[in-house]
Order: sequence, then C-alpha cells, then structure tokens
Amino acid sequence: MKAERSGPTRSTDAADTLVDRLAQPSADHATSRDASRHHLTTGRTRTYWQDTWAALRVRPLFWVSLFLIVIFLGMAVAPSLFVWPSPSAGNPSGAYCNLAQSRQGPSSQHWFGTDVQGCDYYTQVTWGARVSLLVALMTTSLTLTVGLFLGSLAGYYRGWVDMVISRLAGGVFALPYLLGAIIILSVLTSDEGRRLWQVAAAMAFLGWPALVRLFRSTVLQVGSLDFVQAARSMGATDRRIILLHVLPNAVGPSLVYATMSMGVVISLEATLSFLGVGMPHDSTSWGVMVAQAGDRIEQSPHLLFFPGLYLTSAGLGFVLMGEQLREALDPRQR
Amino acid sequence: MLCYFLRRTLNMVPAFFITTFLLFAVIRIIPGDPAQAQFGERRIPEELRQSYAERYHLDESIPRQYVRYMADVFTLDLGESVASQRPISEIFREALPRTASLASLALLFVTVSAVPLGILAARRKGSALDNVFLFGSLVLLAVPPFVLGLAAQLFVAVRWEFFPVSGAEHGLRSYLLPALVIAASMLAINARLMRTSLVDATGADYLQTARAKGMSEGRVFRVHALRNAILPLLTMLAINFGHLLGGTIVIESVFNIPGIGYRVTRAIAQRDTTMITGISVFLVLVCLVINLMVDLFYAWLDPRVRHEG
Repeated sequence: MKAERSGPTRSTDAADTLVDRLAQPSADHATSRDASRHHLTTGRTRTYWQDTWAALRVRPLFWVSLFLIVIFLGMAVAPSLFVWPSPSAGNPSGAYCNLAQSRQGPSSQHWFGTDVQGCDYYTQVTWGARVSLLVALMTTSLTLTVGLFLGSLAGYYRGWVDMVISRLAGGVFALPYLLGAIIILSVLTSDEGRRLWQVAAAMAFLGWPALVRLFRSTVLQVGSLDFVQAARSMGATDRRIILLHVLPNAVGPSLVYATMSMGVVISLEATLSFLGVGMPHDSTSWGVMVAQAGDRIEQSPHLLFFPGLYLTSAGLGFVLMGEQLREALDPRQR
Repeated sequence: MLCYFLRRTLNMVPAFFITTFLLFAVIRIIPGDPAQAQFGERRIPEELRQSYAERYHLDESIPRQYVRYMADVFTLDLGESVASQRPISEIFREALPRTASLASLALLFVTVSAVPLGILAARRKGSALDNVFLFGSLVLLAVPPFVLGLAAQLFVAVRWEFFPVSGAEHGLRSYLLPALVIAASMLAINARLMRTSLVDATGADYLQTARAKGMSEGRVFRVHALRNAILPLLTMLAINFGHLLGGTIVIESVFNIPGIGYRVTRAIAQRDTTMITGISVFLVLVCLVINLMVDLFYAWLDPRVRHEG
C-alpha cells in the first residue's frame, strides 16, 4: 500500500488530489473489517463502526464540525426556521427589498445590513445555503456514482476495460480543474439560463477521475486477497463479489471523500459564480452576492463579510468532518 | 530507467491529444459565432462573415480544423486572437512573465511557511500546537480564494495602504499581496502533506533500528525521517501546479493583473475562441510536462516505482 500510495501521482488538480490523498488510508481496512466482522459473532468485541464512533465522539472538533453541518443543512432544508417571518416562496427576499435603503450597514432591523437592491442581507445570505449545499450534494453524489462504477469496473476486469477507463480518466485529469470548469460552463451553457444541475454536472465531470483511481486501487488490492479468491472458487458471480466482498472495503474512504468533497465544492461553486460562470445572476448564491457587491465592497464591506463568513463556515464544517472521519476510520491512528 | 522514461513519455501523448481534441471540439461549438460576437447586436455584413470563416477555417469539419490547428501549434504558431486581431504568441509573451512571477512568488511563500510548519506539527504530533495548526490550515482551506483576495485587498491595501491595490504597474510590489493570498490558500494542503509524510516516516522500522544502534534523535530525524519524507514533497509539486493555476485565474481577476489567468476570463467574456483554445492547449501541455517531470524524478529517486507494473 505504501508504495502504491506514494507512487507517482498524475495529479493536476489540487482540490481533488487533496481529497484523494486524504481519503486514502484504507489499506488495512480489508483485514481490520474482516477481523471485526469475525469478532461480531462472538459478541465480545466492538464492530468496526462502533470502534469508529468511539474514536469520533471523544474528539471536540468532531462536535464542532457536526454542529456546523447541522446548522447549514437546516438552513438549506428549512430557511424559514432562521428567517422570520418567512419571505414569499417565489422570490425569497422579495418582501424585504426597499431600494431607498440600498447598502445600509448592519443594524437592529437588518442584522447583516442591506444589499445593493436594498434587500435584507440576512435573509439573502441565509437562503444562499440552499443553492450552495444542493450543488455540493449533487456534485458529490454524481462524482461518487460515476467514480465508483468506472473504478470498480477498471479494477476488477483489468485488461482493456481498465485501459480504456484509465486513458479517459488520464485525459480528463490533464485538464486543469478551474480552467476546465470555466470552459465547459461558459461554452455549453448560457449565462442567463444556466441551471444548478449543469454546474454540478460540470464539476462532477472534472472530478470523477480522482475517484476512479481510489476505487480502482481498492478493488485491485482487495481483489487479490484470499477471501475474494475463496468466494470466486465457491462460484460467486462477479457482481456478487464486487458488491458484497470488494466494495464494502471502499465505504470508509468514500465517506471521507464525500464529506471533504462537499466542503471543497461549496467553495468552488462560489468561485465559479463569482467569476460569472456558475449560478445565474438572479440566484441566491453566496458567490453571486459577492460578485454583485462588485466595486462597492470598499464602502460596504458587510457585502463581502457575511457571505464570506457563511461560505467559510459551511466549507469548514465539511472539511473538518472529513478530516475527523479520516483519522477515526484509520485503524493505524487508534 | 530509460524504459520507464519512454513508457511514461509515450503515455503522455494520447492524454495530450484526447484532452486537446475534446477542448477544441467543445470550444468550436460555443454558442454564437465568433464573427458575430465581435459585432455585438449589430448585423454583420455577409462578406465579412465569409472572410472570417475563410480566415479561421470555420466552414471545415471539426477534426479537419483540429489537425490544421495542431500542425500550426507544432510550428509554434498559435494563430491570432479573434477579439484583438493580435497574434496570440505576442499576447503570451506579455502575459506569461506576469503569471510566472506571481506563481513563483506564491510558491516561494508557501514553501518557506509550509515546510517548517509541517515539521513542527509532525515533531509535536497530537499536541495542542498540532491541533491549532490543523484547525487553522483547514480554515484557510475553507475560505474561497476570491473572498480572501477581496478581504486582503480591502484591509491591507485600501485601509492600511501597505501594498498597491491592483494592477501590475508597481513591479514586484504589486505581486506581493496576490502571491500571499494564493500561498495562504495552498498552505493547508502543503503543511498537512509535509506533516503526514513526516509522521509516516517517523513511524518506520528503520528509525527504530537507527535508534537501537545509538544514533542521536536529531540525527535520526535529519538523516532518516526527513529524507524519506522528501518523496511526497514531489507529489506536492504536481498538486501545487494545479492549485497555482486555479489560484492565478481567480486572483489575477480580483487584483487586475493582466497575466494568463486574467486573459482566460477576458477571453471567455469576449467569446474569443482562438484565444481560449490557445491558452488551454498551452496549459494542458505545461500541466502534462510538469506531471511527467515529477513522475520521472520520482522514479529516479525511488526504484520501486519504475519496476512497478
């Protein structure tokens, strides 16, 4: 595993490689998981997940990140819990706009001040969580599905299947992430009609190669272990072997990947929206809010500060959780 | 080693052509025609459209255009920008040094801060200091670079007037603040990687052996642990390149530095297809070459890599 892990990294993208690297310490899972499963029957030893939970709950940073994640998920699912009274559904902040009160600083009436259009900024920023988390969730699940599928195919069948998939992944990997996202989004979608799923799909398209690598190497390692050979000799089908014996070993790393990726994508979506190739101008996205504040940030720093604060806290919640999970799931760290 | 070198180099070739062809095809189906884009809302005379099509071979099929384009690229002719009618290589000569100075300055900042921080955190693994570093680096990782850039501009440049606010007219001084912002966003990854590889290296058996034969702790660290932790630093180089590139695209537009990254966003806004193609082909090539160099260096340092598969 060590050689594999520190082997040549054909990586060009920082976000993915970070995630990729942080999600890696899985070599020992194959054995440790199996061992814990075995002990389960005796009823004395804790299971792998009980172990993980025990390692997690003593960490203060785990609770901090959980708190942040719960807050922002709540904000995304039910913004009306945070904004009171709740604004009209169609135009989240419509009821609170008063052009005469444009760009006012924070006050008791408008906690976060007002934006350029004179809308209550607290309402706007709170509603921004929905777009951000939705994009992150869509991107992450799409990347995981595609990466899991192609990666396990490549690792299990090897030969030409592996070659085709790896070549393709290598080709996409050679494309610098942000540049690729900017080109794809600006070329394949128009600025006005850009949809949320298109932004997510573009990021997933650039993200899957990293996961293919992760799953491919997991499957390659596990595929040669004794219990897989045993299952094969007993006549188990390929599908059964992959689903029941090989993939459970990738659950830990995928979980770490998914959490880290949520955090990274939140920041990326905002960056793309800020550059004008992400969410359309009329959407309540944190990146769009900062972009619309434009040159007026100097006079009204609150227009940068509050979306920036929310962006950072939401991203931090997920990245921190990913880090905690990574350490808790790694048997060597216990 | 030679065999490995050849194999890796040949591996790069399909990646280059797959990526550039995909890019080329995608850019050619850009909505709206590049000729029209230069005229905005006005009607464009038919002869002019014809001459545009002829000049940029817009009527041919995409694979043919691609082959023609690649043939030009290999004679170092990147064509001319549709928007400004200037040769792209000339624009490159102007923009590249700016991006290069920004990127190398950022790399310098991140190296001088990440390596000592990583070493410090690794030597006091699990201490409060280690945890503070971890938390701090994750916060820096979670702040999107454009937020950090705008905030830095606002406080350090506008309020306190330490640095020029934007532009590239003030020589090296105008690159300092943007480079610091890029470095800050890369610090987390670098320091963490340094720490992790050092911690991995310090847990190795050969360190116990070295201690057992009576080597001093400092010497064990310098001679055995640090040296083996250098390998992952190479991986860091490749990772950093991608991050630097993303960083310069965002930060150059925040700070109005007319380098390559700034040109990318400008070209996208102007639908300058030849410029976008030129920049992306160039960057893909640079990216592949850097990765190749890292891999080769890796193989040179670590024999296990070159004998693997």
